[in-house]
Amino acid sequence: MDALTLSRLQFAVTAGFHFIFVPLTLGLSLLVAFMESKYVRTGDEMYLRMTKFWGKLFLINFALGIVTGITLEFQFGMNWAEYSKYVGDIFGAPLAIEATLAFFLESTFIGLWIFGWDKISKKLHAASIWIVAIAANLSALWILLANGWMQKPVGYLLRNGRAEMVDFGALVTNSYGWSKFFHTVLSGYVAAAFFVMGISAYHILRKNELPFFKASFRMAAFFGLLTSLFVFVAGDFHGREVADTQPTKLAAMEAVWETQRAAPFHLLAVPDTQNEKNSVEAIGIPKMLSYLSYHDGNAEIKGLKEFPAEMRPPVLATFLSFRVMVALGMLFILLAVMAWLVSRKDALESNPLLLKIMLYAIPLPYIAIQLGWIVAEVGRQPWIVYGLLKTSDAVSKAITPGQVILSLAGFTLLYGFLAIVDIYLLFKNAKKGPEEGPSVIVKRPGIVPAKQEA
Amino acid sequence: MEFQIIWFVLWAVLWAVYFMLDGFDLGAGILQRFLAKNESERRAIVSSIGPVWDGNEVWLLTAGGATFAAFPTTYALMFSYLYTALLLILFALILRGVAMELRGKEDSDRWRSNWDIALLVGSFLPALLFGVAFGNIFQGLPMDAAGYHGNLFTLLNPYGLLTGVFFVLLFIMHGALFISVKTSGDLSPRALKFANKSWYALLVVAVLFLIHTNFATKLYDNFVGSPVLFAVPLLAVVSLLAIKAFAAKGSSLKAFIASCLTILTVTFTGVIGLFPNLIPSNLDTRYSLTIFNSSSSPYTLKIMTAVALIFVPIVIVYQAWNYRIFKQKIDPSEMLKKGESY
Repeated sequence: MDALTLSRLQFAVTAGFHFIFVPLTLGLSLLVAFMESKYVRTGDEMYLRMTKFWGKLFLINFALGIVTGITLEFQFGMNWAEYSKYVGDIFGAPLAIEATLAFFLESTFIGLWIFGWDKISKKLHAASIWIVAIAANLSALWILLANGWMQKPVGYLLRNGRAEMVDFGALVTNSYGWSKFFHTVLSGYVAAAFFVMGISAYHILRKNELPFFKASFRMAAFFGLLTSLFVFVAGDFHGREVADTQPTKLAAMEAVWETQRAAPFHLLAVPDTQNEKNSVEAIGIPKMLSYLSYHDGNAEIKGLKEFPAEMRPPVLATFLSFRVMVALGMLFILLAVMAWLVSRKDALESNPLLLKIMLYAIPLPYIAIQLGWIVAEVGRQPWIVYGLLKTSDAVSKAITPGQVILSLAGFTLLYGFLAIVDIYLLFKNAKKGPEEGPSVIVKRPGIVPAKQEA
Repeated sequence: MEFQIIWFVLWAVLWAVYFMLDGFDLGAGILQRFLAKNESERRAIVSSIGPVWDGNEVWLLTAGGATFAAFPTTYALMFSYLYTALLLILFALILRGVAMELRGKEDSDRWRSNWDIALLVGSFLPALLFGVAFGNIFQGLPMDAAGYHGNLFTLLNPYGLLTGVFFVLLFIMHGALFISVKTSGDLSPRALKFANKSWYALLVVAVLFLIHTNFATKLYDNFVGSPVLFAVPLLAVVSLLAIKAFAAKGSSLKAFIASCLTILTVTFTGVIGLFPNLIPSNLDTRYSLTIFNSSSSPYTLKIMTAVALIFVPIVIVYQAWNYRIFKQKIDPSEMLKKGESY
């Protein structure tokens, strides 16, 4: 393999791995902030214990998100020097702003939150986790504005042999970046909601700390209901943004080969890249694809054949990732609605099947999120900046395949090790349940203390 | 023209502040296993840097991000030329962060001891390699029209290694003084005593560094050109001596402040010597990366200047406030009682 392929693989591995931790950070920071605010407002110790229990899981996840993030900033220069030279004038700005505005806030206030329990007032302590949550989301905004620019380059001029920024406002208001931001952070909220629901379900099934975990579940179910609906709406917006700016990505996502008006949506399709057609195509809904893409049933969809083969993204990967992501997104709405209804009626314990489903649903949002990234990044190929710079022209000239093989092997080993540690710690702490609070009767396996039922 | 100079200054400030702040984290991380006599002291050392290391590391991210935004060509070439060295720094910093955050997450001596080794390696390597990298930048990289003619092993030349050792000793002393300031009990005087002794090694290496710099680099040319600039290295020497004077008197806080000043002025001395280069070429000066031939457009620099001038002071204010909140000394004997610590 050449340095280009290896560098792409390395970026996929490091970004994908980093993006296991980020979504949960985005959502769980907010949920923990809600919990702590509720504690400050009501003085109810249970919310303090909730803050500490979910906060501990949050911190394990957060630590890995932080340490794996620095890799990405370095990699643009290390592996993608030609890219960095060509677009650094406009792409470097949001990255530097992300560090200055968001990372400092996040990292300083997380230290305050971890160690400040007996040093600052309750209100200030709760405020510091809110600041962490806001900063994490702010950081997502700037990095997605940067990525949004790669998807839909705006506000630049080709000058002095590179892309130079001429309109910072256009970069900051780039509709692609914003629709991607909402879709992405909302998906993180869904992941956090399912994480909290799943772990709560585990304990409710075992009748551990029922009031604690039922309250956690209820809160997460409401959050999950809202966010799984909104992520869908945001996805629809985002999809139309893609249709407007990246016809090749849209065509690959939907496996459309021939340009057509009033395009139908096929529930079942299997793309065949070799023969430039779908080998299976069934259960078509007339005009649906045109409607979904442009909110106009008669709109024209450009087919892949409109573009030379080397200008198309890998069709099968883009198509499948998109399909499965959307299917999972619909499943999340269904599950969230059920979870919310059942928890509202306080009937969780009598629905063990739902609880089991929610437990095993924990990984699903993660999968959907990774698939979403594949659609975004693989679907943009062969471009690194759509229509402006090809990925193959972006790789560093100074690096050798040997260097990248070593670094890729290093990352794989190190990250593999971190994944094992992370999963081990999360499992252990999630299973253990919350620390005992002063107002709680010592629990024994299988026996539910009467006081807890109240 | 002037925005490039503003950004050169900001670039120097970001690196200098990063070394000043993370320098004591790295130093404390290197010393943790050696200075501490038992688990409570080891935990006290990690707890002394625990609330701040992450915020300190962001100065590195910002220095990297600022290089990208303000001098994209330098960012691109510096990072791809120094690929393997930066990769090792990256792995080490990842280990260091995880070690600190996870060492207390399981109640087992072996678990903690393994993470402490990771903390040691993860702190030592960046200290050494940042020195090696900057030593090589000071003397220039072998680059010309055909690109870069070096690798990890060419970086490990005598001057690069000397600068690496200089950085390690500087950070170790800085870390020891920080531990002495931040802890109570037996640990604090022990750390100060160590700083007192290690200062001699630092002095020897610092003198060697200053002499070797004259032969290996062109850093002194700018100072000879405008002798008033000699004030900066002079201040570095004075503050280096002040460290010893204060440490010998048992005043660890003043010695620590002097060592902050030493790190700042040492970094500024190097960067002033580079001007207007960011990375000189030691093969052909036409291929040196300067603040003029590798910078962003004036428009981008203007925007980034506004961002930096508004937000960096705000960052300094809340980070300083954070340090104030945690100004209380950490008592190792209290460490084992706390559930929520490192």
